[in-house]
Amino acid sequence: MTAAAPTTLAGSSKGGVRAFKNTLATVLVTAAFGIALIPLVWLLWTVLSKGLKTITQSGWWTSSQRNITYRKPGGGVWHAILGTAEQVLLCTLISVPIALLVGIYLIEYGGGRLAKLTSFMVDILTGIPSIVAALFIYAVFITTFHGQRAGIYVSLALVMLMVPVIVRTTEEMLKLVPNELREASYALGVPKWKTIVKIVVPTAFSGIVTGIMLGIARVAGETAPLLILVGYSPDTNSNLLSGFQGSLPGMIYAQVPQLGNIRYHYAADRMWGSALTLIIIVMALNLVARLVARRSKVSN
Amino acid sequence: MTDQESRDREHARARAEREATHGSDTPDDYANADPNGVGPIPSSSALTTPDPADATISGSGVGAFGGRGKVRIGDKVFRYLTAGAGMFVCILITLVAVFLLAKAIPSIANDKVNFFTSRTWLVSGSTLQFGIVDLLWTTVLSSVFAMLLAVPVAIGIALFITQYAPRQLARPVAFVVDLLAAIPSIVYGVFGITVFAPKLHGIIDFLNRYLGWIPLFKKQISDPGTVFAGGIILAIMILPIITAIAREVFERTPRENVEAAWALGATRWEMVRLSVLPYGKPGVISGAMLGLGRALGETIAITLILVAPPSGAPFSPSLFYGGETFASKIANAAAEFNNPTQTGAYIAAGLVLFVLTFAVNAAARIVVNRRREFS
Repeated sequence: MTAAAPTTLAGSSKGGVRAFKNTLATVLVTAAFGIALIPLVWLLWTVLSKGLKTITQSGWWTSSQRNITYRKPGGGVWHAILGTAEQVLLCTLISVPIALLVGIYLIEYGGGRLAKLTSFMVDILTGIPSIVAALFIYAVFITTFHGQRAGIYVSLALVMLMVPVIVRTTEEMLKLVPNELREASYALGVPKWKTIVKIVVPTAFSGIVTGIMLGIARVAGETAPLLILVGYSPDTNSNLLSGFQGSLPGMIYAQVPQLGNIRYHYAADRMWGSALTLIIIVMALNLVARLVARRSKVSN
Repeated sequence: MTDQESRDREHARARAEREATHGSDTPDDYANADPNGVGPIPSSSALTTPDPADATISGSGVGAFGGRGKVRIGDKVFRYLTAGAGMFVCILITLVAVFLLAKAIPSIANDKVNFFTSRTWLVSGSTLQFGIVDLLWTTVLSSVFAMLLAVPVAIGIALFITQYAPRQLARPVAFVVDLLAAIPSIVYGVFGITVFAPKLHGIIDFLNRYLGWIPLFKKQISDPGTVFAGGIILAIMILPIITAIAREVFERTPRENVEAAWALGATRWEMVRLSVLPYGKPGVISGAMLGLGRALGETIAITLILVAPPSGAPFSPSLFYGGETFASKIANAAAEFNNPTQTGAYIAAGLVLFVLTFAVNAAARIVVNRRREFS
């Protein structure tokens, strides 16, 4: 793909128009990247510069927002990290087996009518807005079965968002497993399911782990399900089954009403602090996912 | 993604070599495999579908029934298990539609105004009055605007990564664009409303002065929370997904086409125009549609940015106006979901949003599939 471009040749043969168009295209294409860079740098710089002093305060990582109002400084993000971690962990535990099986089905048993339908439905699930997923869980568990808003319902809504991410990466990774491996296994008389479980999935394992981490990163910052399915609590609540729960996106959202307050800037500080915390966690997950993916290349 | 990309490349090379050595054995299979974009090992599906375990057993002369029994049970269980998971996904989507419908219909039936054409939204009183036309307009306007902004930039970045940048540079660039996708949407929201939107005054005034005679560019409010600001933030948010898909299809451009263009003395841009862009077109279209679907359903960033106009305000088609999308309407009311009929009105809005995103995503897929048949 990086074959040498015979631009000089073309430029000399057919006058300047082609060469000019070529240069123009190069400039535009390069500029496109610059355009994407602006918001990224601007946003990261904003969050970093406004949030850094908050997250380096003592107690930020270890205390909750209990008894702290927008008129008071201090408090931390522990309750929010705990809530988000619990919700995402439960969501991951439910999503991973389902998504793995679906991915295996689509690649190893694909081709049938159900597989085509499933693949289509995974696409639809990929595109389902988080708020619709949340409304669905609300309609099932809260209006129909009369449950009370709780963290567990957030986990269930997040499952709908996480499953398609993992299915798609699993599919990609299983496709990368050389067919020769499968054939060699079949030739030794190994049944198909054992080939999949012992040969195909282990070969693609680190790629699948990458998919899982990307899925976690995707749902950790979701806010819409939190608004509908659980209230925000400034207290530490580790019970997924009842009561409001703190969460990082919820904490950011909870500070928004006081943003315009000129006398007290604590809410705004807290908001940028929690935004920076959330970004750090999500970025760390992404980076780890990438490192895992890199390791898989070695084993390939 | 960058590692997967390099692996893809290695595979493409391996495949090219394979094709070169025994391309004549299965000419159709290999020739069709690429435009279909089935993946790096296109022959796998052809080989696995007739159940190779089966084939080996009957092929090696073991009695058709004799060898099957012990091998088949594990296979059967595993097959049903995976197929069951697949079916679960299908049922889940059906359930979403069923439950949203079931909860929305009673409220729509009690709606005192036309659900599709009314602009009022009064659900707190004893009678329900709600219509979606305003929500639909703001949702579609902001999303289409975002898509129109994002697609050209995404194509540019994808071309830059796959065709222009040297390899050492391509990886970090791809990484940077992927970082945009890693930022949670609520952070985009707070950034958009506190930092970004207030900076747009100059552009808005400029566009309003010269294009203000078009209703779309008529300045309506001085609040920074406009559809214009929201659309730009949406565009940034959907940029990575469109770029990722465009990049993927551009990368899979058949080497022969690229080299044929070089051999004809094409400039780099001509090579891109003759081989990369035509090949990648269906992929870019579907990427754009997926981005549109994302934008339609984006909730929290838009909720934070858009300022809701007072109820009873006259309709304005302008980009320089506030508004509410389906998602932001639901999110804004989320704390007050109390009685079922009132909630039903919001679920009805959610149902329309579901249908809308379903249609866009399904269309994206159909576009790709149909293009595949032609190419």
